[in-house]
Amino acid sequence: MTRQDWLLWLSLGLVLLLLALAVVGPWITPYDPAEADLERRLLAPSLTHWLGTDHLGRDLFSRILAGTRASLGSVALILLGVLAIAILVGSVAGYAGGTVDAVLMRVCDAFMTVPTLVLALFMIGVLGTGLANVIIAVILSHWAWYARLVRGLTLSLKNRDYVAAAVVAGGSRFAILRRHILPGVLGQLAVLASLDLGHWMLHVSGLSFLGLGVAPPTPEWGIMINDARPFVWTSPMLIILPGAAIFVAVMAFNLLGDALRDRLDPMLAERVH
Amino acid sequence: MLRFALRRILTLLPLLLIVSVAVFLVLRLGQGDPALDYLRLAQIPPSEAALAQARMELGLDRPIPVQYLHWLGGAVRLDFGTSWVTRRPVLDELLHYLPATLELAGAALFLVIVVGIPLGILAALTKDRWPDQLTRLFAFVGASIPNFWLAFLLVLLFSVQLGWLPPMGRGGLEHLVLPATATALMSTAINLRLMRASVLAQLGERHLLFARARGLPERAVIGRHVVRNALIPPVTAIGLHVGELIGGAMIVEIVFGWPGVGRYALQAITSRDFPALQGFILLMTTVFVLCNLLVDLAYAWLDPRIRFGASTS
Repeated sequence: MTRQDWLLWLSLGLVLLLLALAVVGPWITPYDPAEADLERRLLAPSLTHWLGTDHLGRDLFSRILAGTRASLGSVALILLGVLAIAILVGSVAGYAGGTVDAVLMRVCDAFMTVPTLVLALFMIGVLGTGLANVIIAVILSHWAWYARLVRGLTLSLKNRDYVAAAVVAGGSRFAILRRHILPGVLGQLAVLASLDLGHWMLHVSGLSFLGLGVAPPTPEWGIMINDARPFVWTSPMLIILPGAAIFVAVMAFNLLGDALRDRLDPMLAERVH
Repeated sequence: MLRFALRRILTLLPLLLIVSVAVFLVLRLGQGDPALDYLRLAQIPPSEAALAQARMELGLDRPIPVQYLHWLGGAVRLDFGTSWVTRRPVLDELLHYLPATLELAGAALFLVIVVGIPLGILAALTKDRWPDQLTRLFAFVGASIPNFWLAFLLVLLFSVQLGWLPPMGRGGLEHLVLPATATALMSTAINLRLMRASVLAQLGERHLLFARARGLPERAVIGRHVVRNALIPPVTAIGLHVGELIGGAMIVEIVFGWPGVGRYALQAITSRDFPALQGFILLMTTVFVLCNLLVDLAYAWLDPRIRFGASTS
């Protein structure tokens, strides 16, 4: 195996492991991640509590394990949301052209004029706090880049001979978009989106860290770090360990994104390596 | 140059206007009744009479286009309304917090440039040898590490363990080092990889062969022909970094108790203080747009092809 194959399989394995933990994690925790036990506060790691306990006596290992679901789940929903909006807006703009295109692209421009985190914060301010609203906010602050991309790809595919042939053959506009244009767009989109998964996870955990995401006592890595802030001097592990979980998960996604790009888009990889 | 600058400014104004309309609509048509939030923050019990009174005071009883124009009229005279929480003008408060955030984001941008660019050149010139591998690892860690977590790690190491730098607050340079590093790392990593790729692309150019054939020493070939041309993609990307750095600074601020816009925004979000939110998004967007304008102008100055409209689409 070449070094690149090796990286692809390693990152794929890591991501699959994380996905599996996101599904079964909350069921296989040794303790109830939300159950406080003030008798057992801030315990050091031991055989009974592998990573120790937090300031409310909750088992840290259980909380980190159960927190996988919130992080991975948000990223999955963000991916779906961004791609759905981007494909809808981008392909319609690219295929319809004219006024529709001009209006949709001005809307994209407006969204891209606001720094992503500022836009996300504003949307949470309007919608209210909570993990669902954080997810919506991150989708709304990132879809425009992808919509532009889809539009560009649609434009470049629109004038290919095989699309012209489909038009001559009497295919409806919708059928042509769905059968002949979108498959070509999706491949490129998948590669680029895989490069952004880690980035979205960082956004979600950052907003959670600000206390805008899940409500306590639901376990989530960002809010765990925020909760542990008063104990930074005495129990730094309460901050270090959940952060390490975010770091490892983001790294797994970034590794996978890089490896996929190298494998599926040699032109892009050529420019980077 | 002046005409180029004017043209850029004229394309930016409509964009800001669209953003302001969108922000206004989202706030007015979004969830809930602003008058209710207003009364809650003023700690007035929401009776029918009080609600009607609040709607009249806030102008909510008038048609939305009228409300918008009224608000826009204020905004162009730099009146963004009054915060429902503190009862002080929103713009005064934001401008009070903005310099701290800009100081942090600016220091971070400085790091992104003075660390990212030289390391990118080094990585390209030592491609696949150990300095390149080391910067690859650095870039990889940098792109994956949450900035607020990095902030805590830096505090734990440099303030708690070593006692070299203060863990909190704003002041001299020693207060700036840790937050700026935490804010800058991700963009530095991206910038490094971009510069590396750009230098590698330049190294493949044929005009270098002529430069070497002319007997130019390697230092001059790299310095004069490679680096200068290779700088164009990273300079273009600075505008993107600015947006990330402003956002990053607002999160890192919370860790370091840095008195910036981030804390103000957080308060406006949790208390649903609509005028403050509106002022926040518009001011930060304006700052971002102005930074991008500066980058564009610098870019046009570096590259005359842009200035003379060869590719201004």
